[in-house]
Formats: sequence, C-alpha cells, structure tokens
Amino acid sequence: MVPALVTILGFQLVGEVVSRGLHLPLPGPVVGLVLLLAAMRLRPGLADWLRPVGQGMLAHLSLLFVPAGVGIVAHLPLLRDQGLALLAAIVVSTVLALVAGAGAFTLVARWTGSKE
Amino acid sequence: MSADPALIWAYLSQGPLLWLTATLAAYALGAAVFRLARGQSWANPVLISVVLLGLLLTATGTPYATYFEGAQFVHFMLGPATVCLALPMQDNLPRMRAAALPIVAGLVAGSVVAVVSALAIARLFGLGGEVIASLAPKSATAPVAIGIAENLGGQPTLAAVLVLLTGICGAIVVTPLFNALGLRDWRARGLAVGTAAHGIGTARAFQVNPTAGAFAGIGMGLNAILTALIAPLVLRLFG
Repeated sequence: MVPALVTILGFQLVGEVVSRGLHLPLPGPVVGLVLLLAAMRLRPGLADWLRPVGQGMLAHLSLLFVPAGVGIVAHLPLLRDQGLALLAAIVVSTVLALVAGAGAFTLVARWTGSKE
Repeated sequence: MSADPALIWAYLSQGPLLWLTATLAAYALGAAVFRLARGQSWANPVLISVVLLGLLLTATGTPYATYFEGAQFVHFMLGPATVCLALPMQDNLPRMRAAALPIVAGLVAGSVVAVVSALAIARLFGLGGEVIASLAPKSATAPVAIGIAENLGGQPTLAAVLVLLTGICGAIVVTPLFNALGLRDWRARGLAVGTAAHGIGTARAFQVNPTAGAFAGIGMGLNAILTALIAPLVLRLFG
C-alpha cells in the first residue's frame, strides 16, 4: 500500500512541478493524471499494481468534497445577496449542459453507428 | 485536572481531532440516510453532511478556519484522487476508442454550454468580478476548479462551494431529466453527467448503472482538462 501511495503522490508532485514550472493552465493533479495515463501506456502492469489503493480512494470520492462544501458557512453574506442569481446560474446551466452533452453524444453516436 | 466540560470543549474544538471525526461521522450519517432512502437522488450524502456540519459550526460558533484544521486531511485527498482518475480512464480505453467521436462531441458541447450559460445568466443578474471568476470552472472537479478559479482571480473557497452545488444539482436532476427526455443510451447519460457535474455526478452515475459510471468518469477526467483550457477564454468574453 505504501509504495502505491508514494507512486500516486509522486505523480501529483511531478504534476505540480511541471504545472508551475511551465505555467500551464492545468492544475498539478490534472497534469499528474495525464502523466499517469501516459506511464500506464508504457507499463501496462502499473494499473493493476495501483488499483487496490486507487480504487479505495475513488470509492469515497464524494466524501472528499465535504470539507470544501462546508466552506459555504464562510460565504453566507454573499449568498444572502447573490445566492438566488448564483443558484439560477447553476441550476439552469447544469440542466442545459446535461441536455447538450447527452444530445451531442447521442446524435454523433447515431451518425457514426456507435452502439453500446 | 479539572473535569469542566467547557474546558474540554475549548481544548477539543481547537484541535483537528474533533472536526475530522465530525466530518467522517456526518458523511457516514449522510450515507446511511441515502441507503434508507433507497438511493433517491434528493438524499445526496454530500448535501446532507454539508448541511449537518454547517449547522454544527453555526450552533457552536466555530469559524470555518478552525473546522478546516481538522477537515484538511480529507480535503487533501482530492489531489491524489484526481491523479487516480487515470485508472478508470485506462480501464475504459477500448470503449473510449470505440466511441471517440461521440465522446468528443458530448464533452465539448457539455463543457462549453456549462461555462457559457452559467456566465451569461450570472451577467444577466449583474454579477461580476471575483464571483463570476469563481463560477466559471464550476463543472470541473473540485481540485481542478479551485486551481482554475485561483488562476482567474476568483476565490478558492467560493469556487469550491459553487462546484459542490453544481455537483449536487447535477446528481439530483440527471435521472428524472433523462428519463423524461427518453434518453436511454447509458454512455450518453454518463458522459453528460460527468462533464456537467464532475465527481458528485459520477458517484451518482455509478449508483444507477456501471456503464454510465464509467462514461461519467471519462467525462469528468476529460472535462477537468477542457475546462482549464476554455474557462479563461469564456471569462474574457464576459469579463
């Protein structure tokens, strides 16, 4: 478990260095994700080796959002003034994005004959 | 050694132990309610735990910074978890290849519509500055969105809250919305919810259907990259 954890953190660390060093628009963990994908192409065994730890982390993904979400208490005055506008922007844009994303996927899948 | 409860409280409320435990306990409670509600989308475990913890902090007069001292250990795991998203992407590489064009179409449409419509509506209501810079990356997964918002001059914690609300909103509306529209392709449903509502939408997709979950993971991973690229451009249009 520890070597797998070191590997995952190592990819994040290298990602941070690359992201900051090259002034990329991508945050460090995303660069780490891309690097890990590339590494798994070169060494196919890497995925199975990381899987137990990686899957454990992804299984509780929604828990990891809780601390940042509780930050809502620090923004209550802003939300009192602009909360309705923000909520409208979030709800409407999420519904539109869902319909646009699934619609575009379905149309192109039909057009290219791609089936589930 | 005094056994004065106020002193014990004063000690515990300043350290990380209490708030770390509270975070995990609130989430366990939220997950239990979710199971009791048989996976109904309104019983979102993240929403329940945020409300419980928010009430607890307000009732005890605890500042968010003090709470975060304890909760940061959970928060920190977002970074390595983002790196780990490479795993489901790797596992789904053959399916991604087989549906490459529909994925690109769904991803670009969902991602662009999410950013443009959110900023257009926010502008319509007269919002601007820091607030819309924090709103722009809301469909990307939290660690990415926080990074993007910082780069754009937004507020990281506000961005995190907006990301969370977007995820909860997506997770709640996705199933009734697509059922009403008669959309039955699990790949399309998954990709769309991963793109629009990141990890919380992906967690929801996995509860509904494994194919939807896999494609949601793809959508979330790819949209993390795409949003980092398009959010600055769209913000310049509305800024």
